Amino acid sequence: MPLAVLAPGGAASTALYIVAFSLFIIGIKRGTHPTTAKQGNLIAAVGMGVAVITTLLLDGIGNWGVLFGALIVGSAIGVVASVRVQMTDMPQMVALYNGVGGGAVALIAWAEFRHELSLGETIPLDLLIPGLLSAVVGSVSFWGSNIAFGKLQGIIPGQPIKVFGQQVINALLLVGVIAACVILAINNDAPSEWVFIGVLIASAILGVLVVLPIGGADMPVVISLLNAFTGLAAASAGFALDNVALIVAGTIVGSSGTILTLEMATAMNRSVGHILFAGFGGAPAASQGSTEERPVTSVNAQDAAIKMAYADSVVIVPGYGMAVAQAQHSVKEMADELEKRGVTVDYAIHPVAGRMPGHMNVLLAEADVPYEKLKEMEEINPEMPRTDVALIIGANDVTNPAAKNDPDSPIAGMPIIEVDQAQQVIVIKRSLSPGFAGIDNDLFYAENTSMLFDDAKQAAADIAAEVQNL
Amino acid sequence: MSLMTEITIFVLAAFVGFEVISKVPTTLHTPLMSQTNAIHGIVMLGGLIVVGYANDPLEYVIGAIAIAFGAINIVGGFMVTDRMLGMFTRKPKPKADEPPDSADGGGSS
Repeated sequence: MPLAVLAPGGAASTALYIVAFSLFIIGIKRGTHPTTAKQGNLIAAVGMGVAVITTLLLDGIGNWGVLFGALIVGSAIGVVASVRVQMTDMPQMVALYNGVGGGAVALIAWAEFRHELSLGETIPLDLLIPGLLSAVVGSVSFWGSNIAFGKLQGIIPGQPIKVFGQQVINALLLVGVIAACVILAINNDAPSEWVFIGVLIASAILGVLVVLPIGGADMPVVISLLNAFTGLAAASAGFALDNVALIVAGTIVGSSGTILTLEMATAMNRSVGHILFAGFGGAPAASQGSTEERPVTSVNAQDAAIKMAYADSVVIVPGYGMAVAQAQHSVKEMADELEKRGVTVDYAIHPVAGRMPGHMNVLLAEADVPYEKLKEMEEINPEMPRTDVALIIGANDVTNPAAKNDPDSPIAGMPIIEVDQAQQVIVIKRSLSPGFAGIDNDLFYAENTSMLFDDAKQAAADIAAEVQNL
Repeated sequence: MSLMTEITIFVLAAFVGFEVISKVPTTLHTPLMSQTNAIHGIVMLGGLIVVGYANDPLEYVIGAIAIAFGAINIVGGFMVTDRMLGMFTRKPKPKADEPPDSADGGGSS
């Protein structure tokens, strides 16, 4: 098949790029409504196909072996990873994808820099400066996302890791990166590649150090922010490569990602600045020791089954523990058993329960829980005092009354599901260990709280069996 | 394209981005983040251009890794988003009661 050939920057290729980014805009717009979101994602994917094919048809593009080899390898990894990933591991998957995107930007900036160097002429600043910007932001995003992935995957401890004088080190690194970029720009007739590599490395360290001190509970917001960063880095690469599709798509991701980040932070009642620099969860780690020995009420599955089977209303509050234990199907079966006995069962979904907004909705939808039963926080909280039993399955921080009662708590002001208002509280949890924010939960020691220490899936299955036997 | 034209496009695109994301329900935060995440994989085009015109071994290597990374970002990003959204076959508000038509019947026996 003879390849049509498009002139780079010519009318035909530009027109196709315009088609591509229009599809992106339509896709994102549709993504903001539940009914059209799936279709929106497809539209955006088609736009991406148009953009890629257009680029492959550009005049003078060659080296097909390397090109297609890399394309096929990357696509295959993408397909396998996204098919295999468990719904529970979605958050870290997104972090990883975001990371490789950032890595791609940084590498492209480096290759383009080498290309410019090889021409042996003065590099124009309107190419060099955007190139440097995309190198720095891409590198920060790559390493920051990898750390976020590590934290969510449990490779790196989720608790904030603090290094003495961190803010100062970060500030020095940032100043160093900017200074090196200025040096490169001043010597744009013959810039040193080693200084460029130094910029990449310093940015990498900066990315690692900025994300390490952030607690796991805040990771969704961090990933969203890094997502916006990668978008801007891509836009910047578009300036360096004179490519309109990159500029528009990157910028749209940058700005929509910024808004999305702000909305997510608002849902957690925190500011982005606070999340990035406050070292969430650091302070109370010290006070943890003093609260270890408080008495708790422990129950078994049978007691829990009796309490719920004779209740009028039960509200299930799921959290990350349910996701980890893959317990959603058992939970659904348990709820079915309770409903057979005439108990009203609802689910209270905290906006950031799990590791990402919407995490619980996805899992429970997978288990065929009707959507009408998933109540949002604002909807369920007024019902709480009338609720007989609140059953917490692997949730912790989002139920911690300290958010309301203790102004010194690091989660102070975060909206919570007010389970402490319910008549009785049953908590299914493997141990008393603190949640991702790394803080103790007073709820576990409250008088009307019983703890059922078990794996969420096992516990739900046991309770279902006990209810059946009653 | 002149720098000023590019900056004009940049600023307008930034406003478009702000404009399209308006009051998203929290349930859709994750899929939407995932979708925009896939879209910035467009930077792979840069990799295609770099490798397509490359003439130095290291450029090949760097560019090829960049393309592979970009392809993971694009393909994985869109597919994961699709899987996530596939879970939302029913509407988030009790507006309509579509019969559950998903193939993954799960454990509802």
